[in-house]
Amino acid sequence: MRASHSANPEAAPGFPDVSAQVIQELQRHLPTGSLLWQPETLAPYECDGLTAYRELPLAVALPSTEAELVAVLQTCHRLGVPIVARGAGTGLSGGATPHARGVTLSLARFNRILEIDPVARIARVECGVRNLAISEAAASHGLYYAPDPSSQIACTIGGNVAENSGGVHCLKYGLTLHNVLRVRGYTVAGEPIEFGSDAPDAAGLDLLAVFLGSEGMLGIAVEITVRLVPKPELARCIMASFGDVRDAGNAVASIIANAIIPAGLEMMDQPMTAAVEDFVQAGYDLDAAAILLCESDGTAAEVAEEIERMLEVLQAAGATRLEVSADEAQRLRFWSGRKNAFPASGRISPDYLCMDSTIPRARLADMLTAITAMQDTYGLRCVNVFHAGDGNLHPLILFDANDPGQLERAERFGADILETSVAMGGTITGEHGVGLEKLNSMCVQFSPDERSQMLALKAAFDPSGLLNPGKVIPTLQRCAEHGRMHVHRGLLPFPDLPRF
Amino acid sequence: MSTLPGIRTALHDAPEESLSRQALSRSGGAMPQSNDAVHPPDNAMPSRSLTPVSSDPEAERLRDAVRAAIADASPLCLQGGGTRAFLGDPVDARPLSVAAVRGIVDYQPAELFITARAGTPVAEIEAALAERGQYLAFEPPRFGASGTVGGMLAAGLSGPGRMAGGSLRDAVLGTVLLNGRAEILRFGGQVIKNVAGYDVSRLLAGSLGTLGIVLEVSLRVAPRAVASATRVYDLPDSDAIDQVNRWLAQALPVHASAWHDGHLYLRLQGARAAVDEACQRLGGEAMPADEAAAFWDALRDHRHPMLATRPGAESAEPPLWRLALPPTHPPLALAGKVLIEWHGGQRWLRSELPAATIRASVQAAGGHATRFRPGARPEPGVSSLMPLTGPLARIEQAVKLAFDPHGLFNPGRRPYAAPTA
Repeated sequence: MRASHSANPEAAPGFPDVSAQVIQELQRHLPTGSLLWQPETLAPYECDGLTAYRELPLAVALPSTEAELVAVLQTCHRLGVPIVARGAGTGLSGGATPHARGVTLSLARFNRILEIDPVARIARVECGVRNLAISEAAASHGLYYAPDPSSQIACTIGGNVAENSGGVHCLKYGLTLHNVLRVRGYTVAGEPIEFGSDAPDAAGLDLLAVFLGSEGMLGIAVEITVRLVPKPELARCIMASFGDVRDAGNAVASIIANAIIPAGLEMMDQPMTAAVEDFVQAGYDLDAAAILLCESDGTAAEVAEEIERMLEVLQAAGATRLEVSADEAQRLRFWSGRKNAFPASGRISPDYLCMDSTIPRARLADMLTAITAMQDTYGLRCVNVFHAGDGNLHPLILFDANDPGQLERAERFGADILETSVAMGGTITGEHGVGLEKLNSMCVQFSPDERSQMLALKAAFDPSGLLNPGKVIPTLQRCAEHGRMHVHRGLLPFPDLPRF
Repeated sequence: MSTLPGIRTALHDAPEESLSRQALSRSGGAMPQSNDAVHPPDNAMPSRSLTPVSSDPEAERLRDAVRAAIADASPLCLQGGGTRAFLGDPVDARPLSVAAVRGIVDYQPAELFITARAGTPVAEIEAALAERGQYLAFEPPRFGASGTVGGMLAAGLSGPGRMAGGSLRDAVLGTVLLNGRAEILRFGGQVIKNVAGYDVSRLLAGSLGTLGIVLEVSLRVAPRAVASATRVYDLPDSDAIDQVNRWLAQALPVHASAWHDGHLYLRLQGARAAVDEACQRLGGEAMPADEAAAFWDALRDHRHPMLATRPGAESAEPPLWRLALPPTHPPLALAGKVLIEWHGGQRWLRSELPAATIRASVQAAGGHATRFRPGARPEPGVSSLMPLTGPLARIEQAVKLAFDPHGLFNPGRRPYAAPTA
């Protein structure tokens, strides 16, 4: 078996073992087939997209109706049993890793599209609806849902809400938080609750803002209203090659500085380009040190104007080769490489760790240089794909989990990237979330007072502390232990740096 | 090509530097070395050497004031530029000016953000952005020249461009907060994509200073569109709402809309080609550019006759209500003068109707109603903000206590539920 961590090192204490009782009670509320508790049926739920962390939950509940869902919540609440909500299980930070003493609440059966209103340009859907399914359902009205995480074929809108997911078009169209109007769901105790509104704002504090990206720790979302936008008439993509990563990084900053907000602006380094070209034959320039994909969308006239301006900027920034997609087939081919970055990495390495930090755009080249040096330090390769337009990095650290010590080295490599990102004025996670994976890095980014404030905020929504315990906000004790293990990191690097 | 200075020259700029320095020298902070305060041309370490807000003596003074307030159990009424004090319900507490923590800390046009201390006048920020061809896309209403960015954040209001450019809340990237335990806390940052921990910064938008004292805020900024045009149509309100929403379902550069007194005003903004094309397609009557600019500015800053409160005339006018509604909802049958913005999402109503009547009608339509200006005789016992009910009210109240356990900040400003045992 692969080397992996048992999850929740700190969570099991404090939660009573009431497995027999909770299974017995849930059986009363859920039909056969909606409750899994025998170990062999639990195995598919032992991890999410972060496969290095595995744990068997006490049971998996798969309610099909809101009444069943409420019964699960009320039962767990009464018995003090942790609840871990789960959508499609594609999350990359362990947000849905089970809790050993908890119930995994699968929301996959809430998968109906309830309403598409083409005039109001909104879709009301259940949380288990796949991201791409929303756009497919809206397509006949010439509308789509803009945030497009790479896993959009599989990931659910409920999971997107939990993680505040991004994608390749965030710079122009925003993150999940900019595109969700309303969330209806339940508190930990099973009380109905609604955040946001079909109006542009809702009464009271903006609790929707806190709920979005809260990784299943504040409540359970069952119905989500999203904003739809008109499908652009046309999209074209420029593929630009650079002989030097620094030039490519500067080109990104230069595009923004020239008042252009491209629909997409992606960067890949040479090793990444080679890996994907070998996989999908996208026609990438294998001689380039880095390539940029710059997309423009809008009306034909708008696109022509913007492509012209971007070509000028890229030329001035030292591009060695520029190619504009001539038709939709070529545009999709340009993107096919980028979209297959992860599977292509899977082909060149038995395992990889995907990082997700964000840095100011101007530091892209510095970061690539730093990562190159880290490859020697940790003796592992790293290929890089960046949402360059918003400074969101996805370095993929390649390793072999069957080789003792490699997972641990890969994780230290990753932590080093995250800490470097914080030191550069960035953040440890741009769109994948903290989950279990980045708990230690949270100790680096936030002070004890800041973490205490976040824990107090969590308690305002979930006084029982039963929703996804042990995730996102590390306890003071955990950070203290982390500090002891990495004494030089007990303090922030560059303690004088304001971190924002 | 309209070229903004890129990252290479971004902060080698006298006005911004001098602004920050003035601010720091006023507040007694350390003077930055010029080489450290600017973004070097070779993209080395960006400017991070300004005094962190936590060691700004003015921030320390506020921290002491909060400590004293905790010790005396004496609540505070937070004051910035004093231009938005009419929002929410009146506060009866000791005034504390937070305006001296001021100055632009960091502005990087190519990174699309600006960071400023809370007491910085919005006018100062807008002037700095304008020099780089950028702006605050949420177009915050300005109620006077002294309005501060902290007050703007606390009020959480957005202007005509909100539906196209996003709301103020959408543009918030990070904050530094002095909470009710006298702790100075940073949330969020300067980058657009950031999901580390809970999004506390955006929660502060519109919280009317009831969760703490914001010391510093980072906002996303946007490049100004190349072209803009305004078209005018003669339409009744229901047709106007329907028409503008049908246009929005097409890929058209519709940026803002307003309806008042039988006229629909449509602002188009974007690439030159897109705006020209849309003008042709959508017809209507062209509004001359200077007239259009004046119209949208007056709307934004509440100088439009329908929104303006003339000094001394407040007592003669009916209350001004702000109704937030699902944009496509048909006009409500409420007696009074109406101005519709945000494609139907924000509707202003001058009406003498009882608050309960207005709120019931708006709630039934899926929205909420704020008494924005109280008018002559505010109804006793009616909050200007719509109180929450049920579990949401309990959570909101618990959130308030999580930040301000001693109830120090702006007591009474928002209708929080009373704590339950």
